[in-house]
Amino acid sequence: MDMGLVYIAGALMAGLGALGAAVGVGLLGGRFLEAAARQPELVPMLRTQFFLVAGLVDAVPMIAVGLSMYVLFAVV
Amino acid sequence: MASESSITSAGYIKHHLQNLTLGEKHVESATGVWTSTGELGFAESAQEATQMGFWSINVDTMFMSLLLGGLMMWFFRSVAKSISSGVPTPTQNFAEMIIEFINDTVRGSFSGGKNDLVAPLGLTIFVWIFLMNLMDLVPVDFIPMLVAQGASVLFGVDPSHVYFKVVPSTDPNATMGMALVVFGLMLYYSFKVKGTGGFLAELSLEPFGKWALPINIVLETVTLLAKPFSLGLRLFGNMYAGEMVFILIATMYSAGLVIGSVAGLLQVGWAIFHILIITLQAFIFMVLTIVYIDMAHQRH
Repeated sequence: MDMGLVYIAGALMAGLGALGAAVGVGLLGGRFLEAAARQPELVPMLRTQFFLVAGLVDAVPMIAVGLSMYVLFAVV
Repeated sequence: MASESSITSAGYIKHHLQNLTLGEKHVESATGVWTSTGELGFAESAQEATQMGFWSINVDTMFMSLLLGGLMMWFFRSVAKSISSGVPTPTQNFAEMIIEFINDTVRGSFSGGKNDLVAPLGLTIFVWIFLMNLMDLVPVDFIPMLVAQGASVLFGVDPSHVYFKVVPSTDPNATMGMALVVFGLMLYYSFKVKGTGGFLAELSLEPFGKWALPINIVLETVTLLAKPFSLGLRLFGNMYAGEMVFILIATMYSAGLVIGSVAGLLQVGWAIFHILIITLQAFIFMVLTIVYIDMAHQRH
């Protein structure tokens, strides 16, 4: 099995995953700051919701990064 | 497996990614054909572990998760036994804090009526997965080295073949196992609350009404199966990537003093950031479990 292809595949999976996560959490952060600016008293609740949804947004990209590292290191 | 003297970084990484798999031992012949030797034993290499196939068990994952589960149950039991409404001890306050936190979350996101399984399930999932993930903060070589030396002293085994993966949640078997249990509960409550007819109707009539039955079934079953799959793999992906970064940092330690000290800073920084990831992933697993079981209770 040509290891070069495996490395490219791993890099693509991790890179595209990171791209998705960055855009997702970036938008989420922007909305969070807007809401916090509009209603500062809600910040504690907003913060827990932010982390919860950031975790969910991160889910599929992190699965991709996890699987790319699995492919890179564990698949021999 | 690289011999003791010339351990390469790739060999080091592979060594730390290998589970202690117990199963039917296999031997590879010269032509690369794996034949089973029939007697029980630990896998010497990754290839042998895959050859063992389905009927093999990751002893390290099982041991660590059961140990942590027992620790959790002992902690809560000891607090429950010595509970006193008069002067609460600090540990009692800590336990009450966790239980109230879980209770508020469950009351907030579970509206499916009286169900006295959800809160204890939420507590167990949150604390257990948090403890499993917490093992990721232990330095990478610490416990595997202890186990390897212990095994070589007690059983005279070659330490370079003793594998021990400390964090149970970096093993997809563990995370998918928990996700499948949650999936089983989802199905159980769906049938119990909505009845077989109701649940099947929900699966087949949902988005586009009666006449688009086949499309509905495809869409709904994909949604149904995606839930446990993403639930299990999310925890695995996060923890596996976090563990991998720790292992990569650990390989930097052997590259001289300057790079080693930089690696020390990296390790501290990543560990602090990882504390957030650990609690967040345990919290998300719990909240999604509650939400999925709550959806199973929703009667249309």
